[in-house]
Amino acid sequence: MALLDRTARGLFLTELVKGMALTFSYMFKPRVTINYPYERGPISPRFRGEHALRRYPNGEERCIACKLCEAVCPALAITIEAEPREDGSRRTTRYDIDMTKCIYCGLCQEACPVDAIVEGPNLEFATETREELFYNKEKLLANGDRWEAQLAANIAADAPYR
Amino acid sequence: MPKLTIDGVEIEVAPGTSVLQACEQLGIEVPRFCYHERLSVPANCRMCLVEVERSPKPVASCAMPCGEGMVVKTNTETVHKARKGVMEFLLINHPLDCPICDQGGECDLQDQAVAYGFDRGRFSENKRSIKDKNLGPLIKTYMTRCIHCTRCIRFMDEIAGVSALGALNRGEHMEITPALEAGVASELSGNLVDVCPVGALTSKPYAYTARPWELRKTETIDVMDAVGANIRVDTRGPEVMRVNPRLHEDVNEEWISDKTRYSHDGLKRQRLDRPYVRGDDGKLRQASWAEAFAAIRAKLSGLNGSQIAAIAGDLVDAESALALKELMLGLGSPNLECRQDGAKFDVSQRSGYVMNTTIAGLEQADVVLLVGTNPRWEAPLVNARIRKGYLAGKVKKVAVIGQNFDLTYPTEYLGIGGEVLSALAAGTHPFAETLRTAKNPVIIVGMGAFRRADGAAVQAAARALAVSVGAVREDWNGFNVLHTAAGRVGALDVGFVPHQGGRDLDGILEGCRTGEIQAVYLLGADEIPGEAFGNAFVVYQGHHGDRGAHRADVILPGAAFTEKAATYVNTEGRVQQTRLAVFPLGEAREDWKIVRALSAELGQTLPYDTLGQVRARLVQVNPVFGAVDRLVPSVWAEFGQSGAIGGGHFVSPIENFYMTDPISRASVTMAKCTEAFIKPALPAVAAE
Repeated sequence: MALLDRTARGLFLTELVKGMALTFSYMFKPRVTINYPYERGPISPRFRGEHALRRYPNGEERCIACKLCEAVCPALAITIEAEPREDGSRRTTRYDIDMTKCIYCGLCQEACPVDAIVEGPNLEFATETREELFYNKEKLLANGDRWEAQLAANIAADAPYR
Repeated sequence: MPKLTIDGVEIEVAPGTSVLQACEQLGIEVPRFCYHERLSVPANCRMCLVEVERSPKPVASCAMPCGEGMVVKTNTETVHKARKGVMEFLLINHPLDCPICDQGGECDLQDQAVAYGFDRGRFSENKRSIKDKNLGPLIKTYMTRCIHCTRCIRFMDEIAGVSALGALNRGEHMEITPALEAGVASELSGNLVDVCPVGALTSKPYAYTARPWELRKTETIDVMDAVGANIRVDTRGPEVMRVNPRLHEDVNEEWISDKTRYSHDGLKRQRLDRPYVRGDDGKLRQASWAEAFAAIRAKLSGLNGSQIAAIAGDLVDAESALALKELMLGLGSPNLECRQDGAKFDVSQRSGYVMNTTIAGLEQADVVLLVGTNPRWEAPLVNARIRKGYLAGKVKKVAVIGQNFDLTYPTEYLGIGGEVLSALAAGTHPFAETLRTAKNPVIIVGMGAFRRADGAAVQAAARALAVSVGAVREDWNGFNVLHTAAGRVGALDVGFVPHQGGRDLDGILEGCRTGEIQAVYLLGADEIPGEAFGNAFVVYQGHHGDRGAHRADVILPGAAFTEKAATYVNTEGRVQQTRLAVFPLGEAREDWKIVRALSAELGQTLPYDTLGQVRARLVQVNPVFGAVDRLVPSVWAEFGQSGAIGGGHFVSPIENFYMTDPISRASVTMAKCTEAFIKPALPAVAAE
């Protein structure tokens, strides 16, 4: 009986028809491919892309040189040096991230008590040379300024889950 | 001997032991903030609460003496609840600024908050905020963080002996305040940083520069004075970030002087990192090691031994002193001297130049005679020991011959000059009777008494006095020499002193003037003015571009004490070894290796190539070097040179506590201290 069943299915090409039917059914579904880079897919607010150092709305840099991100970084990608600024506040004199070492685990932004170092939504920061991937404080702050609106929105979107 | 039960374990303790100490003996940790084992017990933080049976409330274990049959519980629900309550109250006014606090990572409050803290605040009112105080250039204050444990007040009152801090108001409004606006003028003030359990008092030079977890810790020995305090050098990469004390009950307990703690920034300035040779134009120019050695060989090859001399400085380690001594003897020169301050005393017996009573032994003394010394500046930790004995009621009287300083305890002033010592030795002075009737008399002779032509006679007189008043017995030796230089005793033990027919310091300098000495080798000797060397060829080996390097014709860059594994002997004759914390700068090398390399160049190759071999040779030369950190009592024998003592004044060699050696002279922090504490105390000079 089983033999008959198998032979009949083979004879009538049912499997092939099923497969073709599935394929054709996709003709009536919306497309999933997009025309990158002119079109982009959605990105989670928790997406961990390029790093940025944020500022307060009054322009003061957030980073207070507590060095927790440096301590937590599993790839040892962050280097910080600090000293008292003229006004006596604790600030970094150097904040470097070696993006070639970074594994984008996001522990730095988890560790940051003031939401200064964040991983933003930007994933298009490929460079032609290796040296360009050694980010310094200036570059990171510039990133922060450029992406601030989105960074703030992402943090706000994620806030209820924290 | 009360017997009590703690957490079900029975223990018998000495009468007067507190419950907290008994817990500690059992290895049970009791959290505390205000209690410090070397300070008095105020019991005001209430963190050490434990439960005692038949007591209606939890009791503060630090202030509760053990009683017979007491049953103590440290790990019950009640205890935890009580401690959590205390912690919540402490945190009410404590700012949550751990990320910017320098104490973060090594903070008692932070650690204990992990164990007993509540995970949210219930306090919605305004937090207290207090204006910061000026405690001088060493201590940074952030008084809002203060939890009012009063450790700092008690430290200043009890250990430092300068009542510079106090508390104003009470309750929530209490404020720790310095008595003077100028800061805390004490040479032990840096210990406040260690004593403070929170971040209210932190180190100013270290502010915000590093975190405790990124520092590499090296346990080593301090060389800023002859006490040989045990320290821990914290480094990050090639940089010394800070110096902290290490516990050694017999030497420094857990304190260090401000010079030890803060002068390390001098290690970054004015360093010699490559050899230099003075050219024909009279200017120093950079050279290679080979060129420097060639210049020395060219000069020395034409000279016979008696035309060469060597002077060892204050920071010289025993290994390099030994190597240089053997090199000089190989070259036929007997002109060796390690007392660059011009001190003269008989070095034939070790008991004649060390602190025989030992530093810890000073606590047992009852009458102390200080001759030509200001221990507060020359060895702050020795002074702290005397003060400890005084506070404990053991040291009943301290008398001073020499300059009269405020030593933080009452002293009886006998006079400034040698005639007082002569009278004492002869027994005609009334104080001789006080010494004679004392049980454990102590005589401490400082370099101020030896830095004169009749130094050896002063030594003999002090010895005679010690013997005549019974300060030297089977079980007690009250004759002490207090050195000011860390390398001095080590160099003396090595025998870096004039040999048969050799010249001492005066002789060497005289020889330089007359031209009988053609070449001088300065091993880190910086205290002699350059003109004194006349036209002699000067080789300077050391780590700082100080006075010696300024005059030198050839400079050989050596390593500072943090950059080498070396042996130092402290003023009590304790052999201790430093460890390498950072590598020597640039082309600089460990000092004994430089001498060893030079010896091969000069055809007098020294028979050791490794540190182990040098140390073996050290033990051969003097067996005391074999007993690392073990005190070998010195044999009491005849020493000194009897003779009349002139009436000249005994003047302490230290004019400025904060700047005594090349490292502290190069230090910015020490310069700030001088500005803040030394200059105002000096008599004002009228503007011209």
